[in-house]
Amino acid sequence: MPTEPNASPRGTDAARSVRFEAQVVPYLDAAHNLAHWLARNPADAQDVVQEAMLRALRYFDSFHGGDVRVWLLAIVRNTFYTLRSRAPHDALHDELDDVKHPLVDDGPSPETLTLLAVDVGALQAALEKLPPPLREVLVLRELEECSYKEIAAITEQKIGTVMSRLARARERLRDELTCRPKEVRRHDVR
Amino acid sequence: MMCDDAGLLLHAYLDDELDAADSAAMARHLSECSACKARYETYAIMQKALSEPTLYRRAPDALRAQWTTPPAASTVVPLPARRRAPVAWAAAAGFAAAVLLSVPAWLHWMPTRGTGDAIVAQAISGHVRSLQGEHLMDVVSTDQHTVKPWFEGKLDFSPRVKDLAGEGFPLVGGRLDALEGHSVAALVYKRRLHVINLFQWPAEGGSVPQATTQEHGYTVIRWTGDGMHYVVISDVNEADLKQFALAFQNEANPLMSR
Repeated sequence: MPTEPNASPRGTDAARSVRFEAQVVPYLDAAHNLAHWLARNPADAQDVVQEAMLRALRYFDSFHGGDVRVWLLAIVRNTFYTLRSRAPHDALHDELDDVKHPLVDDGPSPETLTLLAVDVGALQAALEKLPPPLREVLVLRELEECSYKEIAAITEQKIGTVMSRLARARERLRDELTCRPKEVRRHDVR
Repeated sequence: MMCDDAGLLLHAYLDDELDAADSAAMARHLSECSACKARYETYAIMQKALSEPTLYRRAPDALRAQWTTPPAASTVVPLPARRRAPVAWAAAAGFAAAVLLSVPAWLHWMPTRGTGDAIVAQAISGHVRSLQGEHLMDVVSTDQHTVKPWFEGKLDFSPRVKDLAGEGFPLVGGRLDALEGHSVAALVYKRRLHVINLFQWPAEGGSVPQATTQEHGYTVIRWTGDGMHYVVISDVNEADLKQFALAFQNEANPLMSR
């Protein structure tokens, strides 16, 4: 969306909120989608969006052009992590995750075929199980359809990090989606 | 290319983030290596599954209402802006649902009013109808140089056809449709799994400013340009559809678009 950074920089509150509504509010769905997948429950998601929108409104004057969606999603993400850090958090665990699970793609297993029959419920459960750094990159890429550059801007990471996280996220998701039938089968044998 | 390199580039290839050289090398490797090809296909299936619209969590109406000023309903309802009784709303919703369900019959019944609201309603019914059965496309092609000549002799004007694949809206085909009793060109685009219908026909009156309407979960954007009326409709989110309209308007020079 084109923005006019010079349009009434000292405008009245009314003009400002009209601009805010025209430029930022169209991305409310995007904000909510990201917040939902980070928070994983409707009430928290709404709290995150509400707080993020208030922050966006507060910082709106200092936003000088650029991609509104990227700007807003970065605020949503930061809001989520700030709100969560007040609660007991597992960020440390998430960071270690990169080390514990190095990027090793062991190729397709016979189970990958079951992916064909993957349903929305299984997909949702698998996505929710991913640690936040992997989940957010996958949500931004696949649901929000952001480019690597946009994801890098939103998550304040290098593009190389985005790429490796995305690769890891997809592997983990694939494993989540394929290992369940295996367990069931093992169970059946007994 | 070795499989190790391919494993890293696979995802960027899937996301269309590779440059031309790497992309060609990757395509070549995938045609030669069945293991990498199988891996690629698994991720492609997963990607497609993730584009399922129900996974996208739109903002609830209550939240949206907090951040939007209620529309000045004067253009739609010239009556005094009184709060309608819930029953009236329910009746209106019921009527709208009935109208939508009986789309084809209703289309003939509609008087040809020149106003925008009739066009929005007809665009929605045209869009819904296009998604039923095999009505979506008469000419299936991603090539604008196939789609545009197809309309020749079928319409009394030459529609603007352009592929917007570069903007994330690939052209997939076209068909004839009718709005307000005119024959119109309908171009079909995709945004992932969402279908976008773009209707166009010659503007006889003056130009109207761009207007966005939301109805029944669809977003409709109307504008006039180069002597043509355009109406675009889809269930993608409003921001995406605005981006589409902008992309279509921006590409003024058709030679540049392919």
